[in-house]
Amino acid sequence: MAVGKITFTKTEREKLAEVLWLLNWISVVTGAILFGLGLFLKIEIQKWQEVMSEQGILYVPHMLITTGLAACGINYLGSKICLDCADTNKFLRWKLVMMPYIVCTFFFTACVLAGALMCYSIRSQLEEALYLGLRNTMRFYKDTDTPGRCYLKKTLDLLQIQFQCCGNTDFRDWFQIQWISSRYLDMTNSAVVDRVRSNVEGKYLMDSVPFSCCSTLSSRPCIQHNLSNPGAHAHYDEQSQQLNLWRRGCQQALLDHYTGIMQSIGLTVLLIWLFELLVLTGVRYLQTAMENVIRLGDPDSESEGWILENSLAETACYNFSIIKSLGKCYQADDDPNINVPTAAAGQEVPSAQVTS
Amino acid sequence: MAVLKVKFTKTRRDKLAQILWILNWISVVTGVILFSLGLFLKVELKKREDLMAEKDIQYVPNMLIAVGLIACAINFLGGKICYDCVDSSKFLRWKLIMLPYIVCTFFFTLCVLVGALMCYSMHWELEEALNLGLMQAMRFYKDTDMPGRCFLKHTVDTLQIQFQCCGNSGYKDWFHIQWISHRYLDMSKKEVVDRLRSNVEGKYLMDGVPFSCCNINSPRPCIQQQITNNSAHFNYEHQTEDQNLWMKGCRQALLEYYTHIMQSIGLTVLITWLFELSVLTGVRYLQTSLENVLRQGDPDSESDGWLLENSLMETARTNLSIIKSLGKSNQINTANNGDPNIDVPSTSKAHYGPDNVPPKEKMETS
Repeated sequence: MAVGKITFTKTEREKLAEVLWLLNWISVVTGAILFGLGLFLKIEIQKWQEVMSEQGILYVPHMLITTGLAACGINYLGSKICLDCADTNKFLRWKLVMMPYIVCTFFFTACVLAGALMCYSIRSQLEEALYLGLRNTMRFYKDTDTPGRCYLKKTLDLLQIQFQCCGNTDFRDWFQIQWISSRYLDMTNSAVVDRVRSNVEGKYLMDSVPFSCCSTLSSRPCIQHNLSNPGAHAHYDEQSQQLNLWRRGCQQALLDHYTGIMQSIGLTVLLIWLFELLVLTGVRYLQTAMENVIRLGDPDSESEGWILENSLAETACYNFSIIKSLGKCYQADDDPNINVPTAAAGQEVPSAQVTS
Repeated sequence: MAVLKVKFTKTRRDKLAQILWILNWISVVTGVILFSLGLFLKVELKKREDLMAEKDIQYVPNMLIAVGLIACAINFLGGKICYDCVDSSKFLRWKLIMLPYIVCTFFFTLCVLVGALMCYSMHWELEEALNLGLMQAMRFYKDTDMPGRCFLKHTVDTLQIQFQCCGNSGYKDWFHIQWISHRYLDMSKKEVVDRLRSNVEGKYLMDGVPFSCCNINSPRPCIQQQITNNSAHFNYEHQTEDQNLWMKGCRQALLEYYTHIMQSIGLTVLITWLFELSVLTGVRYLQTSLENVLRQGDPDSESDGWLLENSLMETARTNLSIIKSLGKSNQINTANNGDPNIDVPSTSKAHYGPDNVPPKEKMETS
């Protein structure tokens, strides 16, 4: 019992072929869009890759890029096939290719779906990468004379200004890091020496933040030092404290930024996946209808098209048995001719009379 | 003697009309481009109008917008005319309009040229506006509690961060301005009171700058306070230190930004002007050649096309005399109280027939 059986007249088959040709060309365009989205995401991630601890999340844009290119190729081939399918003679050229093509496209659409789901699932990995990356960047903020780290101060300052954030989770993260290099500390000053000595690891820690944490929305000039002691500043009330620095942590800011991008991309990829599935269904119907027409012999007659010839369970059993037999014939059985009983001589069957 | 006479066969006239139709449609597109460039410039100027003093510089984008719209309309009409000019009978519809159309388009292209030149000349007015505007904005930086000025701190800070500049002409401008409001000064501290007293106008001035002046390229944490005091900071010499703060003045930075935009726009407008001029020349040739064809009577014959029928001097003289006569007919002859009929000697005697002729019997005619 066939799954999704539909009867097609000749005109219906031709119309289906034309519509599928058009849809395949639209799919080429959506493939290009997929490629563009992957490229955009790659560029966005690479912009701030210095504050991410590992580059593993780049597999998402790479997946999108390859899927986009594959979509362009597959749908271009599909459009060529569908254009020829309007004519029964030309269909014979593609007859042998069509079944593998449909199977390949089916697995390809599964890849597109995987790509879409990846966009949503990457959040936790990104969160971890950002936390570790930002912690390291803040630790190396002062090392503007060490090659390989000299640009990290500028990167972090730009990040905090652009995303309006401060520190990893909070501005207080800066209190636990020495962000002023020892080159700029006056070691003859007793206050400085005392502070360095009072710290277990010999770090110069203080309750102040870099200038890039300053909020432009504050109504008073920025207070960067003595932040744990509000009484040290004139009229530094609760509201002033709220507006003085950026309150959001940079991990949260970047996470929100990338999650927004990924969600939009994921939605677009899901829509593209649905469209590809639709096109694939149409191509399958066209293939089965054309094959039945050839089986019937009359190119102008009606024919049936279906998605699966037998029910889903039977098709699954059949395919498994094919795979099993493929597996069996690769098993090591040295000589297939040993232990095969020969027919007895006395059981020869007389040859039948051939009637002309 | 005609200026730049060219002979046109019928096929050449048809081809000219077709090419001009396409060129006119391209000119409509350039008109749209001109309009959008004017709109872009208007938006860019409006974005930072808080930092510009009250000077009328909006006339440049307004001019570009108007010129762009008129270009679209004129070239759309020109496209219609040229499309009809392939056929001599359809040309008759447009015959009377064409010469005024060409004259209007000629003056319009002059407007386009003026628009292009204005883009380059706006530089000086803009500099003046920016100088005054920035000075005001810096003066009101501290007034975040006054309506109408409370946003200036945010505007100046964002400007300095975005354009990587500090102060009007340099960071030292901040030393002459009180940019910390009295509300945030601790009057119980002796040094604060001393500093206020030492200033003639009672302003709290210091050699410090706001945080937005800090240079992100600096290898050391930003030094914002006591900038001119070398001993206040370790390993610091303010005369040689150029990486600590942004060295460029904001007036210079904004001027460069706007000049760059204006130069690009001016160049585009000049190219548009040359294109419009070439289209106008083609339309003029088409008009004169079609009129000559009509004069000759045979629509398939060759005809001459020219830019001016007579030489430049003669055409100028003819036009001036036309304008003068227009002027004269509007003048009032005040000698006879404005009545043109007084004291005009009759040139011929009116003939009323001979005198003293007895009336004849009228013959009734049935």
